[in-house]
Amino acid sequence: MTTVAPVATPPPARPASVLAGRATLLRRRELPVGIALLVVLVGTSISNHRFLSSQGRTDLMLAAAITGMVAIGETFVLLMRKVDLSVGSTLGLAAYAAGTAIKDGGDGQLLKAFVVGIAVGLCVGLFNGLLIALLDLPALVVTLGTLYVVAGIQAKIVGGERITADHLPADFISFGVDRFLGVPKLMWIVIAIGIVASLYLRHAHSGRDLYAVGSNPPAAALVGIPVRTRTIVAYLVSGGCAGAAGVLFVARLGGVDANAGGGYELAVIAACVVGGVNIFGGSGTVVGALLGAMLLRTIGFSLSALSIPEFWQQAVNGALLLVAISADRVVTIRRDRAERTRHR
Amino acid sequence: MRLLRHFQWDKFVPVLAAATLFIGSFQHEKFLTTGNMTFLIQSIGEILLIAFSMTFLIVAGEIDLSVSSIAALSSCALGYTWQHTGNIPVSVFVALLVGTICGAINGLLVTRLGLQSLAVTIGTLALYRGLCYVLLGDDRLKPFPTSFTSLNYKGLLGTWVPYVVVLLVVFGVAFGITLHSTRLGRWVFSIGQSKDAARFVGIPVRRVVLGLFVSNGFMAGLAGVVYTIRFASARPDGAVGMELEVIAAALFAGVSIFGGVGTLWAVTGAVFFFGAIRSLLRLNDFTANELTIVTGSMLLLSVMIPAIGGRINTYRASRAPTVAESAGVQIRPHTDPQPANP
Repeated sequence: MTTVAPVATPPPARPASVLAGRATLLRRRELPVGIALLVVLVGTSISNHRFLSSQGRTDLMLAAAITGMVAIGETFVLLMRKVDLSVGSTLGLAAYAAGTAIKDGGDGQLLKAFVVGIAVGLCVGLFNGLLIALLDLPALVVTLGTLYVVAGIQAKIVGGERITADHLPADFISFGVDRFLGVPKLMWIVIAIGIVASLYLRHAHSGRDLYAVGSNPPAAALVGIPVRTRTIVAYLVSGGCAGAAGVLFVARLGGVDANAGGGYELAVIAACVVGGVNIFGGSGTVVGALLGAMLLRTIGFSLSALSIPEFWQQAVNGALLLVAISADRVVTIRRDRAERTRHR
Repeated sequence: MRLLRHFQWDKFVPVLAAATLFIGSFQHEKFLTTGNMTFLIQSIGEILLIAFSMTFLIVAGEIDLSVSSIAALSSCALGYTWQHTGNIPVSVFVALLVGTICGAINGLLVTRLGLQSLAVTIGTLALYRGLCYVLLGDDRLKPFPTSFTSLNYKGLLGTWVPYVVVLLVVFGVAFGITLHSTRLGRWVFSIGQSKDAARFVGIPVRRVVLGLFVSNGFMAGLAGVVYTIRFASARPDGAVGMELEVIAAALFAGVSIFGGVGTLWAVTGAVFFFGAIRSLLRLNDFTANELTIVTGSMLLLSVMIPAIGGRINTYRASRAPTVAESAGVQIRPHTDPQPANP
């Protein structure tokens, strides 16, 4: 060793400059997703007038709300250069737990459903977070393990006795489809949580820490960021969001079976990545993830509205994900090249 | 204690598999029968075939989540070609070709565009699966000829050994020798340790990684053919979730998700271990759901045990006086930064 490793300089702590940087990033990344969303919406509604009818809008927003809810939590984890594959099965288990808690009871149990669902999510999140943060285990392996365990538990306890709309209180079912100012109530919940999460990640000290950890984990530890605590909190958020999404799931579909939530994990990660959240940490926003979820759902709906066979949907989703990450890559290469010439 | 210090997880996994077979034969009289063994080997055939090439990818620090979709697409291509040409050898060739091309697309996106393999293969996982539906749609295929599907239940040379054993042995030996005693194998480990360092010593990193993705696509395509023979049908929703089983087995076998560490014999042992455990539990009337819980728990334990063991060792080492301390030299405490943990 001939050189002494330089002491890592803390990232600039002035919020103003950080915000300015975020603003340009916002212009660069969320905008194309938003434009793509508009293009799909407008294009489809021109060729099929029923696409954006009141019923069409409601269906679309309800579907996007659930994916979006999970995507908010997944963003926290992805930002830290981790991943949470267990969200799909957590959603399913929380949906069943919440449904069981309120079934055969009277009205007015909305809060109880959310408390139970979120509690289930937090338990799974805490388990993931503790293993990953305290034992330094690879996130992919741990959450793959919990994916199996939680899915198995769900399928085992649900068994043949799935919950149907007949079991659920009437006000809970109507909560799943009711609208407020033309937008489903479920969507309002997701929007509210999205705003809170967005503000937290953008302005709170501990929120900014997630970006620092994701950009350079060893450096973040050196400047004194409590990496372990932040990791556990990120997994708690991810699990909690998945749990809350489970409650939205029962409310919207009016029932749960043994396979509820299966395959959600990849759809959610795809939504985040399409929305500009870097799968290797350090950049991305909740707004982007929500737009990504919206875009993927909208494309699915517009395919059926254009009477393109439904089975194209998955192929289109996959292709879109590839386009999104390729575009990101090209932008990054361009920016790096520009910065290098500027420094020269 | 001395024994513990020499404990190596990768050597232990095949022992674990053998022990499970051994204990199983006492535990349930039907376990070690030829019928059950045939079933056991058939049930792990496709997973093991993909696990061979997946081990290379993970050791090289990459991953391929799209293998189940490649296998399904290859199976659908087989069915589609059979429907239209009525020629089985041609259909099998097309199926293998489709698998290889899918792997090449993954590899080109990763090596040429420099994209993360995790993100790319989540994308192609959906893309290839979607193409399965596009290819077959709602068509009903005409049934495969019995000369083709009977391969599955006719044993090798009239014995109970299923034909897939030939594939497993041939590819297992080929991949094992390549990984552990050729230059290419050493290259794969070097790439997994550090891509930059590998490039600096002159290893053609991009070409090797591309080759690994292509071979993985081929093996997934082969698994698709085996899958088609086993179920005598080609379905767009076949082999769903197989990628997780393959990766779970590889990680259980101690292959590091960060690259650079892993052995093929441990992966083979892990696939057999999972297969034997599942078979044994099934004989004891466990349901598929309980099997899923067991699989997940074993995966978690396989990473937790070494980590906790490492913690204990570090703790013990920190308690024991170092050479310098015994000599009376003062040393300032030194803390390492947290390792990156993607």
